[in-house]
Amino acid sequence: MWEEYLFANSVEHALELLARYEGRAQLIAGGTDLVLQSQRGQCPATVMVDITRIPGLNRIEERDGFILIGAQVTHAQIAASPLIRDKAPILAMACSQVGGPQTRNAGTLVGNVVNAQPAADGATALFVLDAELEVATQEGRRWEPISHVYRGVGVCTINACREMVTAVRFKPLVNACGCSYQRLARRKALTLPTLVVAVVLEMTGDTIKAARIAIGPVAPTPYRATDAEAHLVGKKAEESVFAEAGQLAAAKAKPRDSLIRGSSEYRTAMVGVLVRRALAEAAQECHRRG
Amino acid sequence: MQTLEMNVNGSDVRLEIHPDETLAEVLRDRLGLIGTKIACGEGECGACTVLIDGVAVTSCITPAMKAHGRRVTTIEGLSRDTELHVIQQAFVDSTASQCGYCTPGFIMATKALLDANPNPTREDIMHGISGNLCRCTGYYQIVDAVALAAKRLAEEGRK
Repeated sequence: MWEEYLFANSVEHALELLARYEGRAQLIAGGTDLVLQSQRGQCPATVMVDITRIPGLNRIEERDGFILIGAQVTHAQIAASPLIRDKAPILAMACSQVGGPQTRNAGTLVGNVVNAQPAADGATALFVLDAELEVATQEGRRWEPISHVYRGVGVCTINACREMVTAVRFKPLVNACGCSYQRLARRKALTLPTLVVAVVLEMTGDTIKAARIAIGPVAPTPYRATDAEAHLVGKKAEESVFAEAGQLAAAKAKPRDSLIRGSSEYRTAMVGVLVRRALAEAAQECHRRG
Repeated sequence: MQTLEMNVNGSDVRLEIHPDETLAEVLRDRLGLIGTKIACGEGECGACTVLIDGVAVTSCITPAMKAHGRRVTTIEGLSRDTELHVIQQAFVDSTASQCGYCTPGFIMATKALLDANPNPTREDIMHGISGNLCRCTGYYQIVDAVALAAKRLAEEGRK
């Protein structure tokens, strides 16, 4: 399987190692997905370049109007972070649902994104936050919106044999926002979701000022329910409006029939239900925050 | 082969391993520490839980090289000679094992939980052991055992 396991000591060093092995080397962080993919023959790389000891990639901080999360930050660290719980609670909620404590201790948010599985709790929350990823290559660094890097089931445009995501960033949520994270799964822990809905709602009095709704894994990638979002703006926050938004969101779902996740018909119907519930909960949260 | 240097249960070890060996394999097959169990082999059941620098991980999907330069604690590292650790004794006294295969993992998850939160609520406990599966007990005795261990550790601390 693997011929070498190397530790990079800087981002530049990691990129240099990737270049040196010309596609045979791949970055590894927590390894919670990659080790299994490798054992199953789904990962052709034979040299692992571990990024978890590079100084400076373990930060969660607010800088220049953004919240930044480094590539080494685990789901457990995000779920426990006072900054994230205050300024982006939707992400803390999502990260606290991944696997069990042991998985959350090892697996990183950035790894979750690069692995590009549609049933990714953290990534779905990043869709709702309009997050961007910092991609480092030997030519330089660039920021890419998260919606651009998902190309299909397990397909990320960022090639971990050539380039590296060093951080993720997003704007903190304003104080008046209410969040809700709804997750449907076969049991309460240690399992992938059959459906997740992440909602961020902003209100003025009883009127919806802005709404963001991200949904996974009922299509090849997580997606934003833009029709439902547009429908909500300017409307009064009430059950009938939430139900209409749920129907619009469900219309965009394209789940496959799955023995593990349930039938397409069931999950499409549940998109409507969970969107409605999430909106109601987020609206209550807005009122509570006043 | 690559050199792996780590501290296991207080002893420094230096081994030549294949780069793709998992930590569970190295602990069991190279060091004979077979208290760490491999059950699912996919990081889904928690039976292989060990601590790396105090943090609970599933050793069956942890590349062994990740422990290079680190402190690893396994179930064998808890007891002193023939004296069980408080958590182990609490599992015995609460009848929290049946087949016992998941027990070392539960005890290591409990160690991590109680180190971080010495006074957990019942909900904290259920959350803390939610990465471990048991097909025998139905969990009630395990939750009791963790609560008992927390109580006894607190009493010990007060002495």
